[in-house]
Amino acid sequence: MSAITPEIVAEHGFTKAEYAEVLSILGREPNITELGIFSVMWSEHCSYKSSKKWLKTLPTEAKWVICGPGENAGVIDIGDNQAVIFKMESHNHPSFIEPYQGAATGVGGILRDVFTMGARPIANMNALRFGAPDHPKTRHLVSGVVAGVGGYGNCIGVPTVGGECQFHPSYNGNNLVNAMTVGLAPADRIFYSAATGIGNPVVYVGSKTGRDGIHGATMASAEFDDASDEKRPTVQVGDPFTEKLLLEACLELMATETIVAIQDMGAAGLTSSSFEMASKGGTGIEMNLDKVPVRETGMTPYEILLSESQERMLIVLKPGCEETARAIFDKWELDFAIVGKLTDSGRMVLTMHGEIAADLPIAPLVAASPEYDRPWVETPKRAELAPSEVAAPADISAALKAILGSPNHASRRWIWEQYDHMVMGDTVQRPGGDAAIVRVHGTSKGLAITSDCNPRYCFADPETGGAQAVAEAWRNLIACGAKPLAITDNMNFGNPERPEIMGQFVGAIKGMGAACKALDFPVVSGNVSLYNETNGEGILPTPVIGGVGLIDDLDHQAVPAFTKPQEAIILIGETRGWLGVSAYLEVIENREDGAPPPIDLAIERRNGDFVRNLIAAGRIKTCHDLSDGGLGLGLTEMAIAGGIGAIVSPPENLDIPLHAWLFGEDQSRYLLTTDEPETILSQAATAEVPAMVIGTTGGDTLTVGSAIAISLSELTKTHEAWFPAYMAAPDEN
Amino acid sequence: MKAAVIVFPGSNCDRDIAVSLETAMGAPPAMVWHGDADIPKVDLIVVPGGFSYGDYLRSGAMAAHSPVMGEVKARADKGVPVLGICNGFQILTECGLLPGILMRNASLKFICRDVYLRVESNDSLFTSAYGKDDVIRIPMAHHDGNYFSDEATIERLEDNGQVAFRYCDETGAITTDANPNGSLRNIAGIYNETKTVLGMMPHPERLAETLLGGTDGRPMFDGLVEALG
Repeated sequence: MSAITPEIVAEHGFTKAEYAEVLSILGREPNITELGIFSVMWSEHCSYKSSKKWLKTLPTEAKWVICGPGENAGVIDIGDNQAVIFKMESHNHPSFIEPYQGAATGVGGILRDVFTMGARPIANMNALRFGAPDHPKTRHLVSGVVAGVGGYGNCIGVPTVGGECQFHPSYNGNNLVNAMTVGLAPADRIFYSAATGIGNPVVYVGSKTGRDGIHGATMASAEFDDASDEKRPTVQVGDPFTEKLLLEACLELMATETIVAIQDMGAAGLTSSSFEMASKGGTGIEMNLDKVPVRETGMTPYEILLSESQERMLIVLKPGCEETARAIFDKWELDFAIVGKLTDSGRMVLTMHGEIAADLPIAPLVAASPEYDRPWVETPKRAELAPSEVAAPADISAALKAILGSPNHASRRWIWEQYDHMVMGDTVQRPGGDAAIVRVHGTSKGLAITSDCNPRYCFADPETGGAQAVAEAWRNLIACGAKPLAITDNMNFGNPERPEIMGQFVGAIKGMGAACKALDFPVVSGNVSLYNETNGEGILPTPVIGGVGLIDDLDHQAVPAFTKPQEAIILIGETRGWLGVSAYLEVIENREDGAPPPIDLAIERRNGDFVRNLIAAGRIKTCHDLSDGGLGLGLTEMAIAGGIGAIVSPPENLDIPLHAWLFGEDQSRYLLTTDEPETILSQAATAEVPAMVIGTTGGDTLTVGSAIAISLSELTKTHEAWFPAYMAAPDEN
Repeated sequence: MKAAVIVFPGSNCDRDIAVSLETAMGAPPAMVWHGDADIPKVDLIVVPGGFSYGDYLRSGAMAAHSPVMGEVKARADKGVPVLGICNGFQILTECGLLPGILMRNASLKFICRDVYLRVESNDSLFTSAYGKDDVIRIPMAHHDGNYFSDEATIERLEDNGQVAFRYCDETGAITTDANPNGSLRNIAGIYNETKTVLGMMPHPERLAETLLGGTDGRPMFDGLVEALG
């Protein structure tokens, strides 16, 4: 065994202090296998060393939360002995290096996180961020990532029901691929990862272990530079067919009474799963690496332990259940190997070829994983931008069309038509709306699912941006009639060792925490992806929020589309014409300055509860929340989606410019339609919710005062044109 | 009517079709695992969508050689109706129950969306509840649905009225723009010579319920129950 040189220590990403801690825990020098184990266990990706201190401050409890952060995914109760298990997770670094496989295995990984807890996955979502459309790599990355997401989800047969996609130059060197899975399980049959029962067998199932993905977790814990393409071999290769078999086999096994604990092998593979299971259960593990199914000869203990080969699970069985379990995996033609047993030693003892390959104490290694209080500086507040400081457009119709057809606001149909969004036969609202809705199979209940973040807001003001991301997720669920239940967060940031980046992280967490608390919308799972930087350039702070809500009765849901002519269009919420960091500024003025719209969480809650009660009572069938692009874009989206136009009149006493009224991004607002406007307005007044009728649905033209009159067919064409045209254009390089 | 649904490793529309069949029949179909050479005595066999054996090698190619498909072919030869949807259609062509092949979509992309189909004839068990030339809206979701056959075969299919459905526009016009995947003559589904075997790429089971956005798929299952008792 080669000696551990300072170079090897540095290559494994240790600081001097961290390595000194390794030596103190062991009381000796580690061998190379042990060093590798420490390296991945203490990587940012696995240990959350920079983020832990702040993540702990997020609200994680509500009476419907069954299991919050800390397990493979979060679990919430939706009644009738049904639980929803969900999480979002990033696969950013691999997807930049190898977009198809990086994205595909991102989907595979998050699916396993959910079904390892006993749930059948019922919906996938994804939040994607790419560099500027004119950056030479962007088209290739979009194409590969979308194909990869689809390739995996389509094959395994879980519908990909929605998501988001944005472009910004800050992602030129680091795209973001955040995948979310939502699953359904019997509430009394949730499976956890704590390994207990001395002597119980430890079983490896699924795919064989190869040399792919070694050091993936370490890669995801460092910045990129110009040589990052050389990291391609650290990207794993996905096999969705095997995952489908693994899913069915695991669910079949879970229906028996054989499992003590189960955990998927994700980042840091066998190492991370075995340490986490033993650590949670307070046990030790003895494993014989000769028993691990491998697909290549001559693999070293180091390679076996650090491989991130996909579609693998580690299970602790009840004693005597080995043959029952084996028969199930035989049926599904998957590897099944008893690789070890639980001990009372508190140590991880790994043998291979009759020799001890590693012998490490579990609790100290896990407990002593570093936790940093990294220095941070608060992001300076920006000056607010008054509506009068933004010039009126030369042609407001042209401005609306420019926003509607711009890269960040054009239809995403090109993406979601590549995803099977209907398999499983329960997709009630398909992609393209505020939230997707899937039915809880065999019931009249529905789950609304959304993913949201406005990174430009977060960059301008992390705290407001963080709060806004949570509020927008909440609002999207409200808009379709769901009771928002909980979120998963995917925190994508730059290098936390830079105080201004750490300041963005801290700010976002503060804002998110405040919104979660005010909206009774706790965080139940999440993932942190730091070091999204290339050559020192960080991404915009991107705390993506995946939200899940419950619709008790699918007869009472709302769609973001005009469904009937001659209905009054009501605007809920106050409009001040806030144009700072707006889509209007981005597209029309090519600027990103100003402060983002402030958000009053009490008003958010009041407006949202009012709207949801109307939908739940079956009084309105059409509702859309307003976000990017404000009222103008919201109206247009509803008209296009419903194939019905509208005649809208700005208030007669409008005291802000028309473009600010139309494109301001004031928060906590909704559009809804009704044939009983007087009743709704009077109820709104009683509830102290600002509401006004702004127009009437009907016709085949969207008309706003005397300023705008555009046919639906032209709006539709404008909205649909950009993405396919962009993707069809020849590559410049 | 009694029905069986064949389940391969990688099938993923087996539950969806079972739901549609159960709704129409009032009882669940038998789910038959690929390794079983025995299929119960049934009036209809369905080969569902999905990615059998991962669609490695070529879509449907491996499933076509699965033990259970020998029995499916034997039953089909005896006149038992067989319905193959999506991957099921690919399997039926690969095992020779239907002529032609399904190539990669012309766009080279997986496409999932509703398409319009024109019902080319209603004189089969599968389409008796539709009218001839009805235009129905049915979802497609596939990567390899680009139907192709040699000239002699396609002429024979046309002459015998074996084209079941064609991709069309909302008005029923058969146009290039309405062809989502490059299929020869906009073909979306075909019969065998006796019209007891139907293969189609779009998924009628996905639009058989108002809550899911439409019911144009429903008459296929109601018609089968009507015809097969």
